[in-house]
Amino acid sequence: MPEEKAKGCALVTGASRGIGAATARLLAAEGWPVGINYRSDQEGAERVVGEIEEAGGRAFALRADVADPSAADELFTSLEEHFGPVLVLVNNAGVRDDGLSPQLKDDAWNRVIETNLSAAFRTTRRALRPMMRERFGRVVNIASIVGQRANPGQANYAASKAGLIAFTHTVAAEVARRSVTVNAVAPGLVETELTEDIGDEMLKAIPARRAGTPEEVAACVRFLVSDDASYVNGTTLTVDGGLTA
Amino acid sequence: MAAATKEQIEERMTEALVSFGAERDDVKRDADWESLDVDSLDLVELAQIVEEEYGVKMKEEDMKEMKTVGDAVDFVAERADQ
Repeated sequence: MPEEKAKGCALVTGASRGIGAATARLLAAEGWPVGINYRSDQEGAERVVGEIEEAGGRAFALRADVADPSAADELFTSLEEHFGPVLVLVNNAGVRDDGLSPQLKDDAWNRVIETNLSAAFRTTRRALRPMMRERFGRVVNIASIVGQRANPGQANYAASKAGLIAFTHTVAAEVARRSVTVNAVAPGLVETELTEDIGDEMLKAIPARRAGTPEEVAACVRFLVSDDASYVNGTTLTVDGGLTA
Repeated sequence: MAAATKEQIEERMTEALVSFGAERDDVKRDADWESLDVDSLDLVELAQIVEEEYGVKMKEEDMKEMKTVGDAVDFVAERADQ
């Protein structure tokens, strides 16, 4: 059974599948009680909770659309009642709504920015004060290599992820002296539902000649959350099989 | 909850400032933030403590007006009584 952390818990947004689910499982195996946030896939979220409990960990599913401005406070308050202060926050919830810029609609722009960037700001803002008081905290933002280099058809997604990386740097510098770290992980092509429509053509551009797995991204998050990463702050860890090397 | 006295508020705020790294002997009513090496992040945390423990909200514009320990103690003491 995982050795439980002395106090506090982790919250992973968008944790019913993909990278979020893999991250939740790894953090639970490290001893963190984990809040499994989901928007619509209740079955997936409950499956993740079941897997964690079967492995001897603790988890709790929380429904909320993080794009809703009131979601952050509700999520945190609910989780604090269950598991104590949230000392690890993984901003993973993300959406895509692709289109070439000349045709990109305001709705598609706003929806992606709200979910991928503004929601991460609101959850982080809500998380920081308790973390500062505890003199410990870990925020990991799941960005994307698209935030660092071009991918035509994803101007909104790219802007949201680049914003998330810049946000990560600045917040890290603000709170570092309270032993709170804020880092980003930038995955390349990872096998998830979000990327299932991306063709095999892209694989040829990846030096590793394969897509990554959610577990390979989650392992990076686990490192950034661990005590081993206590001096890693404000950085972006790229995990892309060498695509941007 | 009985209203906190000004002395109790001063003691609690001193304890908080010491936890931020200020020297206890330097924390006096007329000491300003700069001399205590208290920065804006510390003031955000101080505001959180004050709100949680005394129910007094210290807004950003209020904090800009507070230059010394005494200013902050008086601000909280006046409002905690209400």
